Amino acid sequence: MNQALFDYTLRLADTSLVLGHRLSEWCGHGPMLEEDIALANLGLDLVGQARSLYTYAGEVEGKGRDEDALAYLRDVYDFKNILLVEQPNGDFAATMVRQLLFSAFMHPFWFEMRMSRDATLAAIAAKSEKELAYHLRHSGEWVIRLGDGTAESKRRTEAALDTIWPFTGEMFESDPADQDLIEAGIAVDLTTFRGIWTKTVDDVLERAGLARPDDGWMQTGGRIGRHSEHLGFILADMQFLQRAYPGAAW
Amino acid sequence: MNTMIGDPANIEDLDVRRAWSAAANVVDPEIPVLSIADLGVLRAVRRGEDGIMEAVITPTYSGCPAMNMIALEVEMALVAAGFENNRVTTVLSPAWTTDWMTDQGREKLRDFGIAPPQGKASRRALFGEDVIECPHCGSKSTERISEFGSTSCKALYRCLACREPFDYFKCI
Repeated sequence: MNQALFDYTLRLADTSLVLGHRLSEWCGHGPMLEEDIALANLGLDLVGQARSLYTYAGEVEGKGRDEDALAYLRDVYDFKNILLVEQPNGDFAATMVRQLLFSAFMHPFWFEMRMSRDATLAAIAAKSEKELAYHLRHSGEWVIRLGDGTAESKRRTEAALDTIWPFTGEMFESDPADQDLIEAGIAVDLTTFRGIWTKTVDDVLERAGLARPDDGWMQTGGRIGRHSEHLGFILADMQFLQRAYPGAAW
Repeated sequence: MNTMIGDPANIEDLDVRRAWSAAANVVDPEIPVLSIADLGVLRAVRRGEDGIMEAVITPTYSGCPAMNMIALEVEMALVAAGFENNRVTTVLSPAWTTDWMTDQGREKLRDFGIAPPQGKASRRALFGEDVIECPHCGSKSTERISEFGSTSCKALYRCLACREPFDYFKCI
């Protein structure tokens, strides 16, 4: 088995699934009907991307684990998602700020990944890139509207930016195993990404009349399975049925 | 593998042509006026190396919940056409685009009350809106209510002339 490729694919899958699950928590709680539907749509795209990624990770691993086994039958320490996506939804501003910071990274990421020498990752990327373009636009528009809105919406959006900012550093981390995949033309080289990401985020924040927080100490650990307390609660919710009734199907 | 749908009339193997017709008649469960051939979701019908009739489909969106049902219906259509032994394969590449929707499909959409995708799904600016024509009265005076609608593939619009809300099949 190609351990590096398995880890790499699994991290992408976990990140997509956990954020997709977070967004699904808004279902029935959106600030208005249209937004409720929009959040569910974003979540659905991410869960769909996660399904393709888990299926591929299972094939790479070659031990017969399918998408469900990987999503439902692993514990907190086995999940390798970045910490950003497991952070609580907070209010609508916090959810939209998190979505913007994530999408501004993932959209160019998938765009690059389309050129991967790994045909499956390239195929997943080609679909995901189109979907993320809509996520970026949607979350960007909301951050502008909230930042440039009332004093209260601005205050909340600023607070959300300050809270979430320390979780953005982890997106740009890579390890020696990633480096091998980059050299093999499979993984995306992140070194050029910070500039693209910063430019997109700055563009939105400027229109929103918000200041970009200073880079201070950055949270880290999700990529190696060290998570915040929140992930356990997400998994308890998401995995309950398969844990209580193993193999249940309908 | 064919990357684009060939003209089914050019398929020489009559069995494959018949299988194509059967599969092509399956409709999208959410938009029952469109067949999966109109949508470009049906990519190919061919005889596999093992002799089994195979239909190849591709999802519109990664999380499209209609795919399982479409796969099942294609299977049933092939069985009904006499191909008991068949296989439905899902491929992700090349990624589906609204550019593949047939002109006939676009007309059917409009008649059904859904504005068809406009223009090419080329690279778009981060912000800014396209002008979407109302499928009911044809007015270009419309506004977007939400980028996301009742299904992954649609956005929600409102016509400022006839005041009717409508779905727009968005470009991807």
